[in-house]
Amino acid sequence: MREWRVSTPLSEETVRGMRVGDLVWLSGRVVTARDQAHRRALDLASSGGELPVDLSGIAVYHCGPIARREGEVWRIYGFGPTTSARMEPMEAEFLRTFGVRMIVGKGGMGGRTADALAEVGAVYAAFTGGASVLATDSVERVISVNWLDLGIPEALWEVEVRDLGPLIVAMDSVGGNLYREVASHAAERMGRLLG
Amino acid sequence: MLEDSIVAGLREVISRAAVSLSRDVVSALKAAREREDSFLAREILNSILKNIEEAERRGLPLCQDTGTPTFFVHLGDGFPVRSRLGDLIARAVRESTPSVPLRPNTVDPWTGRNSGDNTGRGVPVIRWFPVEGDELRVIYLAKGGGSENVSRLFMLNPTEGVEGIRRAVLRAAIDAGGKPCPPVILGVGVGGGADAALEAAKAATLRRVGSRSGDPAVAELEERLLEDVNSLGIGPMGLGGRTYALDVHVDWMHRHPASLPVAVSMLCWAARRGEVVFHPDGSYEVLEPG
Repeated sequence: MREWRVSTPLSEETVRGMRVGDLVWLSGRVVTARDQAHRRALDLASSGGELPVDLSGIAVYHCGPIARREGEVWRIYGFGPTTSARMEPMEAEFLRTFGVRMIVGKGGMGGRTADALAEVGAVYAAFTGGASVLATDSVERVISVNWLDLGIPEALWEVEVRDLGPLIVAMDSVGGNLYREVASHAAERMGRLLG
Repeated sequence: MLEDSIVAGLREVISRAAVSLSRDVVSALKAAREREDSFLAREILNSILKNIEEAERRGLPLCQDTGTPTFFVHLGDGFPVRSRLGDLIARAVRESTPSVPLRPNTVDPWTGRNSGDNTGRGVPVIRWFPVEGDELRVIYLAKGGGSENVSRLFMLNPTEGVEGIRRAVLRAAIDAGGKPCPPVILGVGVGGGADAALEAAKAATLRRVGSRSGDPAVAELEERLLEDVNSLGIGPMGLGGRTYALDVHVDWMHRHPASLPVAVSMLCWAARRGEVVFHPDGSYEVLEPG
């Protein structure tokens, strides 16, 4: 088990060195995207359009913040992760299209995302679900917000963070997958319990 | 006046539930941390307990998903405000949204438009229970989408019996994995029909952690399901460990001879529940929930 203090942009070499069970404290630029933002980003890319923010080398955070506009600035009051499984139908294509090096979320993702992580060189890191105040403490500032027409939770929030963590590397780029291990152990145990 | 006092009491319960967890849940989480020997499970429970402390100390929402506002209204025969209550509840939610702040969580399913104030068609969700007496008792639940999304309904063949119920609960837990933010409070509704079973399962998650059904056989089933579900090893946040559920609560109704509905509802560890009792003069007490 290793501990990493890293800043975005992340290199492929760095994330390929990460293994499941490692802890990460992340600094730099992260961009939130939930299912609606994933859909719009992919639609935009497939029609040759350009995203309002650059995602290469950064972490995409599955998060719909609590945010309130105070004068000229947006202030974040809640910054915990949302359930990543909702993005599963789009994440593999998202990883291949935008050069993201880390997905931060909760609850894990499926086999297609796992394959894409290995292919492009990226990891899935879990932040403790519901630990919104701890995540909020890592927020330095809101750099930009786009696609507010999707609503506050679904918009694309570009945020500078310092030491967002501990993140637990739960799916790595060499096939390590804590969720799959846990699920297969649980299925085996259920079989024994019910005979 | 009376109506303003009702809105004030509701706002207090909404804001308290967003920020502060009830003692039963906090002590169960602390006990879970002592029980875990996996490094990651302990690390996760440490984050959860630290988050609870910081939220309370600073008056910030525990979780950014401040949930769908749901109210279980026990309306006494003699309470002076009746048909206006629905409007007052909606007003309390609307006013609480910027003041707590709550995240706007109410979206038009056809246009995708967020109403911005946590109210809309059918929201806040209100369940009405007429009761004796002259008081109004309101139980508030703000449940997040992650845990609501793993709700399950199994229409079993009645011959599957208790073993079928065990199988359904374990299946629901394995399929849910880390998605509902475990450790969860797990509610099970048996019988009554599809809709009634789901309502009973959700209402069961409101019960105090550590409480047992008054029916001895059902209490025993609760203990057994708790042991079963935790023995799966899914653990906090689905990353392995001994604590998937802080407790399992079962409620039941008679069933149709041909049906055995079993519903499973999970409430995340950030169990935002609250309770307030109003007297006919509008004075109120916000209670420790559960």
